[in-house]
Amino acid sequence: MDPIHQFQIINLFPLGKLGHAEIAFTNSALFMLIAVVGLTLFLVLATAGGKAVPTRLQSAAELSYEFVASMVRSTAGQEGMRFFPFVFTLFMFVLTLNMFGLIPYGFTVTSHIIITAALAITVFLTVLGYGLIRHGFHFFNLFVPKGVPIYILPMIVAIEILSFISRPISHSVRLFANMLAGHIALKVFAGFIILLGGALGAIGWAGGVLPFAMIVALTALEMLVAFLQAYVFAVLTCIYLNDAIHPGH
Amino acid sequence: MADGTRGKGDRKEPPDDEAALSARLQRLGERLDNASRPSENVSGPRSAADASAYARGFRMSTELVAGVLVGALIGWLLDRWLGISPWGLIVFLLLGFAAGVLNVMRAAGVVRERQLND
Repeated sequence: MDPIHQFQIINLFPLGKLGHAEIAFTNSALFMLIAVVGLTLFLVLATAGGKAVPTRLQSAAELSYEFVASMVRSTAGQEGMRFFPFVFTLFMFVLTLNMFGLIPYGFTVTSHIIITAALAITVFLTVLGYGLIRHGFHFFNLFVPKGVPIYILPMIVAIEILSFISRPISHSVRLFANMLAGHIALKVFAGFIILLGGALGAIGWAGGVLPFAMIVALTALEMLVAFLQAYVFAVLTCIYLNDAIHPGH
Repeated sequence: MADGTRGKGDRKEPPDDEAALSARLQRLGERLDNASRPSENVSGPRSAADASAYARGFRMSTELVAGVLVGALIGWLLDRWLGISPWGLIVFLLLGFAAGVLNVMRAAGVVRERQLND
């Protein structure tokens, strides 16, 4: 009945201690492990045949490759393809975790901000690191727009820097909030059925058809959201990487 | 008679119909290439982060909130470290709000993406 209960982290078995913090293998880690192993198996099995006329599995793998590859090319250009493995991994990982969350009794790893923030900060640091290595100190010209009068330049630069720093926040919060809100909505509507049945008996159970229909519709919507948010996460990664690759565009 | 009209040089090359066929194949290949990746020629660096109106709207709101939050956090930290309360918070909250609006305008495509000038 508690709609938040589904997000609880449960320690499955302890792994050791880091200072005073206990390091344990949690249900979150379990689902991430399943996602990684499952994805690896899927891609290895799908590409093992390498037939000219693809099987269903191979076709699915090729579709996902083409999808991500065209996304990277269109947002970050041909040169962005050197980041293809990174973007593909991010996209497939987030998509799989989002989808796992929709399976009954599943755990939504991406509904924890610590996970999405870790992913977003990885992207942020990659952009920063690659931009600095590739363009050196020139990279900071990103914060100095051309043709701005000198007397408002300090303020503009401060705003640009703040805007740059705020990226990982909006990047991570978007995915996390979408997953969290969707799953809470599902649980709340499921709770209505129990409440109705408990309060009104047979009439209540019959009336429970209405929230149940809502759950079916919401689940379909959540499928869309799960895919869409994985896609948006990957596209934004590409847009940010584009800054690091060719900022002079 | 057809053999007679051909010179010696022609023998090294494929016959006419075969040449035409390979030319057609090449053209088909080029057209397929163009059709399969239209994105390279057509669109710029940022084309479609906006898959649906819902996702788009949500993106705008997080962009704005993120800017304000970062501004507030930096201002608060500066206040604590430098002991200039409340000026850090005031200044950086305003700057953060401006950065948030800038984020939203960039996400909406009103303003160009940032550029390096060199």
